[in-house]
Amino acid sequence: MRELACDVLVIGAGPAGLAAAATAAEGGSRVVVVDENPEAGGQIWRSAMVHGPHPETSALAARALARGARFLTGATVVDAAGANTLFAVDGAGPIMLRAGRLVLALGATERFLPFPGWTLPGVFGVGGLQALAKNGLEIGNRTIAVAGSGPLLLAVAAWLEQHGAHVLGVFEQAPKASVVRFGLGLWRHPRKLAQAVALLRVLRQVPRHHDAWPLRAEGDGYVERVTFSVSGSERTLQVDYLACAFGLAPTTGLGALLGCDIAGGGIVVDALQHTSIPEVLCAGESTGIGGVDCALAEGVVAGHVASGHDDRARAACRRRDRERGFAETLGQAYALRHELRGLPSPETIICRCEDVPWSVVAESDDVRDAKLKTRAGMGPCQGRVCGGALEFLKRWPRDSVRPPLIPITLGELAEVGAALNRTEDQTR
Amino acid sequence: MADAVRILVDGVELSVPGGTTVAVALANAGRLAMHRSVDGEPRGPVCGMGMCFECRASIDGRRDTRSCMVTCVDGMEVITSHA
Repeated sequence: MRELACDVLVIGAGPAGLAAAATAAEGGSRVVVVDENPEAGGQIWRSAMVHGPHPETSALAARALARGARFLTGATVVDAAGANTLFAVDGAGPIMLRAGRLVLALGATERFLPFPGWTLPGVFGVGGLQALAKNGLEIGNRTIAVAGSGPLLLAVAAWLEQHGAHVLGVFEQAPKASVVRFGLGLWRHPRKLAQAVALLRVLRQVPRHHDAWPLRAEGDGYVERVTFSVSGSERTLQVDYLACAFGLAPTTGLGALLGCDIAGGGIVVDALQHTSIPEVLCAGESTGIGGVDCALAEGVVAGHVASGHDDRARAACRRRDRERGFAETLGQAYALRHELRGLPSPETIICRCEDVPWSVVAESDDVRDAKLKTRAGMGPCQGRVCGGALEFLKRWPRDSVRPPLIPITLGELAEVGAALNRTEDQTR
Repeated sequence: MADAVRILVDGVELSVPGGTTVAVALANAGRLAMHRSVDGEPRGPVCGMGMCFECRASIDGRRDTRSCMVTCVDGMEVITSHA
């Protein structure tokens, strides 16, 4: 099996991971960065095919590369033998990654909530549709409704408009008053205020609804029309696509596999980004949703600590704390309303991998009970989609993972298993 | 933009711009439904970032591969369960 050893192993090449990698490399550490996407940048800095890498990705990656960091893209971590030995798989098979310290910068995924018709092709996530469009999905002249919750709705609606799509409306579940209050608080964050003003300018012709959410999507084989609840009355739109997501949820899978404490949906960290496992740090959205500036600030702190410079890390904490404060007001403004728990009908599929309907899941006591009864969460996505939904619908914690974290071939499974046994023999 | 590459989808040749992911190549060719669920419903990509597995296909013999995470290369063979 291929092996790669380093001082600091960073999992995730989004803003937090790139900031941690550049900082740790400049602090004198040998750094390896692993990301499962074909290119670095993560989600928010995902490059559009025609434009090349995002400038902020290039700048941070260049700083890390200048100090000898190595990037392993297209590689997914599938298992671990403790915090110092991880196994990843890329197109060429398994790789053993040995590291003194680990920085988890796993990012976040969109939270999808089930409603009748949400499984129809053409119903995407919000960031999901943008990611596909950046990779070349044709959206020109398509009619698109954007729904769910959070500032991402406006950002993506504006991006879609600017790239030739026709956005029929933005449907935000939060009440107008709380969104307006959040907007008024932006004066403390000039960069974010400027971004918000620019978005609203692009969207001045696009209807923006509050207290609004999708009730059902319908169509023959793919989505054709969507009915929304808008301030208590129903409204139906003919659409080509629906982009719908209810905010973001921290990605915690690898942290859970390593045994890191998880609370409030995110990986628990202390003031210096240490998790509950020695040698394992965590930065960015996987500690709790905070946005790109917060992720960058946390990545810098984690990078300093990982390279043994706690003094520099402490100096970087102030910026991080300011950004964390913003994250809390964001979470309050876009809190998901109780009515959304009533969206699925008894027949609505909750677990898309195993086609388990709400009527069956609703009667289960907890995640384990649901899995035993129905195989919910046992398919290839391992509950990444239904886990986020059930965290809200049933208030079930979303931390159950099992290796391998993604499906791998039997040959790879055998190779990783044999290496795991050898590692355990050595440490016994 | 990079030169076009040719891939084989369920035995049919498809020419796409270089750099396109397999999921996007399928969707732009009118195949937004990329697999059938265990109960036979058509399903297509949702998250675009490797989380939902709804764009899964067999790619060069690897089953259950997330087609949104794989860039098309010349001669790549894709088999969907939706054919």
